[in-house]
Amino acid sequence: MRRPRPLELIAAAVLLFLVLAALFPSLLAPGDPLAIHPAESFLAPSWAHPFGTDESGRGIYTRIVHGAGPSLVIGLSATAIGIGLALVLGLAAGLGPRWLDFGTTRFVEVLFAFPGLLLALLFIVIYGPGVVTSTIAVGLSTAPGYARIIRSQVLLVRRAPYLEAARVLGRGPAVRVFRTLLPNLAGSLFVLVTLGIGQSIVWASSLSYLGLGAVPPAAEWGAMLSAGRTYVASFWWMSFFPGLFIVLSAVSTTLIGRSLQNRVRSA
Amino acid sequence: MAGSIAAQPPVTTRTGGRARRWLPWLLLRTGGVLFVLWAVATITFFAIRLIPGDPAEAVLGGPGSQASEEALAQARREYGLDRPLILQYLGYLGRLLTGDLGRSYSLRAPVAEVIGENLGGTLLLALLSLAAAAVIALGLAAWSARGGKGASGVSSVLEIVGAAVPHFWLAISLILLFSTWLGWLPPVSVPGPAGLVLPVLTLAIPLAGFLGQVMRESILDAMASPFVLAARARGEGEGGVFWRHAARHAALPAIGLAGWAFGALISGAVVVESIFARPGLGRSLLAAVQLRDVPLVIGIVLVVALGYMLVTTLTDLADRLADPRLRRAGR
Repeated sequence: MRRPRPLELIAAAVLLFLVLAALFPSLLAPGDPLAIHPAESFLAPSWAHPFGTDESGRGIYTRIVHGAGPSLVIGLSATAIGIGLALVLGLAAGLGPRWLDFGTTRFVEVLFAFPGLLLALLFIVIYGPGVVTSTIAVGLSTAPGYARIIRSQVLLVRRAPYLEAARVLGRGPAVRVFRTLLPNLAGSLFVLVTLGIGQSIVWASSLSYLGLGAVPPAAEWGAMLSAGRTYVASFWWMSFFPGLFIVLSAVSTTLIGRSLQNRVRSA
Repeated sequence: MAGSIAAQPPVTTRTGGRARRWLPWLLLRTGGVLFVLWAVATITFFAIRLIPGDPAEAVLGGPGSQASEEALAQARREYGLDRPLILQYLGYLGRLLTGDLGRSYSLRAPVAEVIGENLGGTLLLALLSLAAAAVIALGLAAWSARGGKGASGVSSVLEIVGAAVPHFWLAISLILLFSTWLGWLPPVSVPGPAGLVLPVLTLAIPLAGFLGQVMRESILDAMASPFVLAARARGEGEGGVFWRHAARHAALPAIGLAGWAFGALISGAVVVESIFARPGLGRSLLAAVQLRDVPLVIGIVLVVALGYMLVTTLTDLADRLADPRLRRAGR
């Protein structure tokens, strides 16, 4: 087993901090993220307010810590939705009869013609903006990419001797998929999820920033950025720090995902 | 990759087989493009029906829009909402074929006209960003190939930026650095080249990260390969070896990213155009989503899908032109 590199250790530490913040926000930031203190508005970063305060005198640090939960939950749920849909498509294509593979593959190709955030925007215009729709929208637009990867993984694993063995032993198709195939895909799925969370967080926060996801005054990072947008030139800390945490969480999950990928490959 | 090339069966070259080699490919591709466009149009048609409530109202911005009776009647007439679904669907496809994308209710103008007015700005932004990204990526690859020590550090930073930094935060950071603190460039997009620098950089930097990753790997591969050794043995200078042999080798994998890059640029344009207050397709799309201007959203989505299909088809064509193996394999 390779020793972790310093960068990976830093990424793991950042993730640990974010998970702690998501689970026990009051431990890291005792204040109330929504309480208004008009006298303390627009304060620059100081000892009392490490990341400064916003237009209502709320501490940016406190709000970032309390925003970790919602932001991570949105990122995780979007990834779960994307991978879940992709799993259905990828398994149907990889295991089903040829016509099903053909149909599913064409369908995924059609979805690819709504590149990037387009599918998400189409979904939002149908179901209206909001936290739930934007989370589903992000999951939906990441699904085609995952589906393609999962299909190729399934095609690789399908010919494996242990599946042949399971068939010879008389296991039914459902048992083979759930007891034999999926556990063997679990490693690469886990990597896919870790790499995907970063992208989901970035996309979901982009939608909040554009005013289509979580809305201010919610302590969600994208929404905080959206609120700070008006004051970028005069009070930079209002936009800079929430953005920094989006980047930190995306970078650290991506780094951990890549390191897992290398480990899975070399194992 | 080398393995798959070696594994290919030897091919007999035929003279005069050009049309025979190109025709099936052309038919297959055209059929594929038409199929995807039809499917996209069909999905968007049924997407409108998914909107909860009265479809006429939904087309005009949902129940909150308080559309007037005349507007509702006009929407019903235009979309034929009183006719059977199959006739509505055929009418919709027929109108699309004639380039009629309906009317934007928020801008009170034909969707095709709105798109025509905004397409140029976004295309200019996207092409300049693509060019800037290619220059940065090639420069980094050249630096790496010459054994530059800092190159891999800069490249991996760019790679991470490309994978994990949202466009809006990059844009805000660039504005803070170049407009607020240094005062070199305007924070919003003003007419003229100065107003384009920050939007282009915002789109180009993440793209350069991805392009650079792919190009660096294939250039380093190429620099270690026999044909480069042969070129060196013939006495070619390092510059000639890099540009004439290695860089050309790296072009193929980079071209393969074109479809993906197109999507990234369009998504990026939505954010970048709205931050820098730059008129374009992305900003129109965002405004249309915010106002729930369904006809405009669907029109832009259809045009983007068409653009995506054009880019991937051209990519495929470029691949075949650049790599004779694909043509002989009769793919």
